Amino acid sequence: MKRFLVPLVPLVVFALLALVLAIGIRHSPDKGIIVSPLLGKRAPQFALPALLEPARTVRSQDLQGHWYLLNVWGTWCGECRAEHQMLLRVKQSHAVPLIGLDWKDDDAQAQAWLTQLGNPYETVAVDRSGRAAIDWGVYGAPETFLINPTGIVVYKHVGALTEEVWTHEILPRVQGGKS
Amino acid sequence: MRSLLRGGLALGLTLFALGAGALDTNVLPDPALQARYVRLTHELRCMQCQNESIADSPVDLAADLRNQVREQLLAGKSDDEIRGWMAARYGDFILFRPRYTWRTAWLWGAPGALLLLGATVCWRILRNRTQLLASDQDPVEEDPRI
Repeated sequence: MKRFLVPLVPLVVFALLALVLAIGIRHSPDKGIIVSPLLGKRAPQFALPALLEPARTVRSQDLQGHWYLLNVWGTWCGECRAEHQMLLRVKQSHAVPLIGLDWKDDDAQAQAWLTQLGNPYETVAVDRSGRAAIDWGVYGAPETFLINPTGIVVYKHVGALTEEVWTHEILPRVQGGKS
Repeated sequence: MRSLLRGGLALGLTLFALGAGALDTNVLPDPALQARYVRLTHELRCMQCQNESIADSPVDLAADLRNQVREQLLAGKSDDEIRGWMAARYGDFILFRPRYTWRTAWLWGAPGALLLLGATVCWRILRNRTQLLASDQDPVEEDPRI
């Protein structure tokens, strides 16, 4: 009995190792994208000046009660220019309002950007110090968060927003087909 | 010649020190706090460059996170509170040193378990050999040449 089992030991060890590595590969951050610990949690609070009406404060509490997308961008960010057309299409769809978070940017340049390329945002909050972006766990623009009416972050996309992400990840959630 | 070499070396070291100092200009007033600051910034990952710590990274976000560490140390936060604060925003991935949780138990436990396994295997092999020698009725004849 024992003699029969001994040759199986390396096989078992190999199987265990393969299992651990397989789990590791499946869970490894895909293309360097890190799963946000914010998912399923309450959206971080902020109160920041509005880019286009500096006297007004954009408060995260005021955004509660309906779905919204928070898009982190900056005029210094090349990918943000690449996703801008997609953001304009999101606006045209009227499916979910876009809230911008202008991250460590120059106000005048950001205003000029929106005038030139078109403004897809309902409101843009200005995060000059970058402190709000840290609360959201932002590590590279553009990043887009989807927040549900109860104020829970349900989805995060890192990198330029694409048609595919919009139709397969964001729209189904907003329309209630996917949680 | 020697003084020229020495001068060059001094210049090089000065330039190196200037360059190294430019990355992180934060100095905390208390040496104990400064030591904790240096340790913490070396064990937090720069999320943009990912294989560098925030202490070693020149990117803007790393500087912002270093400032957070500094502010929180000055506010009297503990090392664990600061690590937790970072992990709540960026996930455990930001910690170069994994935390002790049930999810990471296998990671911390595996080396000990493997050592124990190896020791058991060694002990059994040694014991079997001694038993085999002791029970050997027909010992190898001594080499006549010795």
